Amino acid sequence: MRLLKTALFLTSISLLALSSAEAATTLTIATVNNGDMIRMQKLTDDFKAKNPDIDLQWVTLEENVLRQKVTTDIATKGGQYDVLTIGTYEVPIWAKNGWLVALDNLGADFKVDDLLPAIRNGLSVDGKLYASPFYGESSYVMYRKDLMEKAGLTMPDSPTWDFIKQAAEKMTDRANGINGICLRGKAGWGENMAFLTAMSNSFGARWFDEKWQPQFDQPEWKNTLQFYVDLMKAAGPSGASSNGFNENLTLFQQGKCGMWIDATVAGSFVTDPKASTVADKVGFALAPNTGLGKNANWLWAWSLAIPAGSQKTEAAEKFIAWATGPAYLDLVASKEGWANVPPGTRTSLYSNPEYTKAAPFAAMTLASINSADPTHPTVKPVPYTGVQFVAIPEFQGLGDTVGKLFSAALAGQSSVDDALKQAQDVATRTMTKGGYIK
Amino acid sequence: MARAVSPRRKWSFTVLAWIVALLLFFPILWTILTSFKTEGDAILFPPAFLPPHWTLENFVEVQDRSNYFKHFFNSVVISIGSTLLGLVITVPAAWSMAFSPTKRTKDILMWMLSTKMMPAVGVLVPIYLIFKSLNLLDSLFGLTIILMLINLPIMVWMLYTYFREIPVDILEASRMDGAVLWKEIVYVLLPMAIPGIASTMLLNIILAWNEAFWTLNLTAANAAPLTAFIASYSSPEGLFWAKLSAASTLAIAPILVIGWFSQKQLVRGMTFGAVK
Repeated sequence: MRLLKTALFLTSISLLALSSAEAATTLTIATVNNGDMIRMQKLTDDFKAKNPDIDLQWVTLEENVLRQKVTTDIATKGGQYDVLTIGTYEVPIWAKNGWLVALDNLGADFKVDDLLPAIRNGLSVDGKLYASPFYGESSYVMYRKDLMEKAGLTMPDSPTWDFIKQAAEKMTDRANGINGICLRGKAGWGENMAFLTAMSNSFGARWFDEKWQPQFDQPEWKNTLQFYVDLMKAAGPSGASSNGFNENLTLFQQGKCGMWIDATVAGSFVTDPKASTVADKVGFALAPNTGLGKNANWLWAWSLAIPAGSQKTEAAEKFIAWATGPAYLDLVASKEGWANVPPGTRTSLYSNPEYTKAAPFAAMTLASINSADPTHPTVKPVPYTGVQFVAIPEFQGLGDTVGKLFSAALAGQSSVDDALKQAQDVATRTMTKGGYIK
Repeated sequence: MARAVSPRRKWSFTVLAWIVALLLFFPILWTILTSFKTEGDAILFPPAFLPPHWTLENFVEVQDRSNYFKHFFNSVVISIGSTLLGLVITVPAAWSMAFSPTKRTKDILMWMLSTKMMPAVGVLVPIYLIFKSLNLLDSLFGLTIILMLINLPIMVWMLYTYFREIPVDILEASRMDGAVLWKEIVYVLLPMAIPGIASTMLLNIILAWNEAFWTLNLTAANAAPLTAFIASYSSPEGLFWAKLSAASTLAIAPILVIGWFSQKQLVRGMTFGAVK
């Protein structure tokens, strides 16, 4: 009997604790877990001081978990969030579905024309901005200046893939645990396929032709994948097919990579003397090309948007204007130094001498972002936008599947030809099922 | 008469048991040790077993960034709440199946278990829409209900298995003495079944505590339990292993302690009827 009474008492306690009071206007902000976003959460006292009637509550999650949650919520008009952190992949798709509010009222202080044109284009549909960039990134080559010198080579600002291959082979020193190059191999549309899609652009390849016919059976893709697999076999680390950003970051910081081509956000990590053993030996260059007019760099921006289901649009716009406006950059600089301001969103930041002095990777970051064009990502014409992705809803699933095939080719579990043939088959099936191929 | 076990054989089994136990426990031990390392020490290669520079800074930062106690409270409420609510439903259900079975009872039990074989994501959107309509999204009540529902089959099975071991004659004797149904369950069955109920509760609390699909997808800021707390420290672009380990240590500590003290009951609960 006592057990039953205790059970009923605890159940009552549980049920009583089910609701909590809300402030007048409470914004629920869904965001990803990275250094810049965490910093923003710490600085929100400034926003609250300027907007005492708006309270903020945060939902911070790993990006894949967050993507699944906010996609479910926005597709069902759940209305759980008032501000979403989304990437350049989601913005055009969601805006066309009518899931996002156009950001027309961010105010004059927001200085919309100061946004970097490439980033702004990636977040706009029919000329309207649907998400405001919090930080932007591209990809570039990070290399060890000392090893490059030892190899008797000089890295050009815009290297070719042939030069990268030559340098990687010369820098490789297996006896001392040094790999000439570290590249992503872990399967996933945002992992190896982000890198390989950007790389394929520089080789003249494309995912689909103008009639949405998959192009994996074309020689450009064969050249891309064969070059990648051969390069990694000759100069890459062992077990590369399971390496993503974090694994390669660890290798580079421990001095085990001669070169690493990845997100520009890594620049601050590899030059941080607290975490990197090679902090003072890192140089930067544009992502490689083959002379066809496209470099192998991508374009991404984590951006803030308002879901169409939100009932607090006005307060959400105030928050976005604060978090992504030019005054926020000054706020971060005053509290944490110029090296820590979120990069890659505003032209004015790159003409600020204090910033360029504090961030040795700033010039190359800007050059990389400017050289990526999400509306014309490939050498040949394509019916889609997106540099390292194809902005269609089917891409996440298709990109993951193709990523697994290419990762298996890197691991030696299948040949390049087999991987490409299977990729062509699966892409054709997906596009036919999706109604793209009539 | 039982055959005597030679000392050598006994020692071999003891050593083997220790090796297996250490292997199973090693990931948890490594997580705990990493939580006391700096971010730099956490990624050392070759790895350092003990932290070269012991630090509590990860725990301080984790508490600074996220409200651990709020997530902890939410975890306690939903795991205990769902367990108690589940007992209210499963005790009568298991009684009925154990002491008043029909020819379809076995089929019903199998059908209940079969619901656990469906991938949860298959019903995410319908459940999400139902929760939205009932205003249960991001609420502890909604989460308590869903966790109770998903663990119901396991609770029914465990209690059913335990009740089957109780002699039906005792229940019949109470009926002869004039006990009505609810008195029979409350005064006769439950006191005899306390060990079984306790182990069912413990297992259900652990399952609810660790559940990470529904608790992540149906919550936002208000009802998020410790699973969401851990998920906020994982990042594909950035190394936060020490902080992630600190968050994980804080999240698993309560359930680790409960599991440690109740391991006897847990093992007994999971082996009901195994040697019949």
